[in-house]
Amino acid sequence: MFSRVGHMDEIFHFPFLTGLLLAALLPVLGNLLRLRDEWLAALGLAHLAAAGGLLALACALPVMAGAISGALLGVAGKSGRAGRSNSAYAVMVLAGWSAGMLLAANSAVGEALAHAVVDGQLYFSGHGELLASAGLACIVWPALRWLTPRLIAGRLMPAQEKASAKAAWRWHLGFDILVALAVAIATACVGLMASFALLFIPSWLAFSRARNWRQTNLLASAISVLAYLAAFFLALHFDQPFGPTLCALLVLLLPLVGMGKK
Amino acid sequence: MSLIELEALVAGYAQPATAPCSLRLARGEIVGLWGSNGAGKSTLLKALVGLARIHGGRVLRSPGLQLTFLPQAPVRLAEMPLTGHEFLAFAGADCLPPPASLAARLDQRLDALSGGEFQLLSLWASLAVGADLVLLDEPTNNLDLAHLTLAREEILAGSSTRGCLVVSHDRDFLDALGARIVNVQSGRSHG
Repeated sequence: MFSRVGHMDEIFHFPFLTGLLLAALLPVLGNLLRLRDEWLAALGLAHLAAAGGLLALACALPVMAGAISGALLGVAGKSGRAGRSNSAYAVMVLAGWSAGMLLAANSAVGEALAHAVVDGQLYFSGHGELLASAGLACIVWPALRWLTPRLIAGRLMPAQEKASAKAAWRWHLGFDILVALAVAIATACVGLMASFALLFIPSWLAFSRARNWRQTNLLASAISVLAYLAAFFLALHFDQPFGPTLCALLVLLLPLVGMGKK
Repeated sequence: MSLIELEALVAGYAQPATAPCSLRLARGEIVGLWGSNGAGKSTLLKALVGLARIHGGRVLRSPGLQLTFLPQAPVRLAEMPLTGHEFLAFAGADCLPPPASLAARLDQRLDALSGGEFQLLSLWASLAVGADLVLLDEPTNNLDLAHLTLAREEILAGSSTRGCLVVSHDRDFLDALGARIVNVQSGRSHG
């Protein structure tokens, strides 16, 4: 895996850069999800993306396309009348999980591939996954610069959004689609639970420590990238699955949430 | 010319909740909606922004009227890693410089502010967006005597450039604003 100390074999360049981009990007979306009290929606979308990816595998279609379709289906459900609630997000988790497991059990995909989607297959990422992640970054960064003030104002002053008579649904839907794309691409690359962990834990840590919103974004991304780097090399070195290694490292950071707080 | 005119407006939810109310409000005016608990003061205000139903009467708005609305209980999350500066910037509340007493606290995270400080900040966020008409629902909630004075100063700052419709159960506060009083129970102006 390493030709000499500090130098990574070329076959790991694509996976490394793919994961690095996602590790920097997902926590910024996670911060907005947490502020909107929609972090459970991320888990729901990830399950639907995984189910979509498995369906694509069963039909001999690209996993990424299936994952994106699954996540966008979740966005459609979320946009419905009763779609924005923890109960609805829990239904998304259960529906995605059951669909994925049943697909795996009743198709040639098999449980091994189902595990690959759930646990992640980062080390098998190629230039397609890297392109998808880079494309995602190119869309998400500029979109968030425009969306963030509107989403935060909408969250903290929802009545004002109504009073101003602006078509706020456009930016809420826009954000939902961004999250769906990010979750789908991340699920196809690093796996279901690792994607969720990157959306959830760095934000939780940053929310408790940061002094302002800008610092919240920087801190969450920094935590995520550091955990990712450690997980990438530890999993390779000790021949461990990447997704669980990353989740374990992030969970180990959680005591920092309460540390030093009054 | 009036910014907004209510003609025998009856507001409510599934059922009507107010007596007919008529009023006119022009730029530079402050109108206080006053009445007993349950008279429907807040419901009337909500009807103007589509958060309650209009059961009767009508609302006439000047063309292109920009409204802003401070609800009775501004959203206060358990975790808000934003400073007051960021909150005002995201809300687009940059038409007026914040009062000195508020400016001194704008570097704090929102969840580190007291209830009164957060109420004053939310009030300022509604006033400084440059809307033609500001609707304030019980803006004195959570405010002690010192904060009441600050709230009055905030509302009066730049008041000549906008109209202001204030719901309050505190008649003294409305009088201190120099508000024309509309009794919601009768729906008739006494000012």
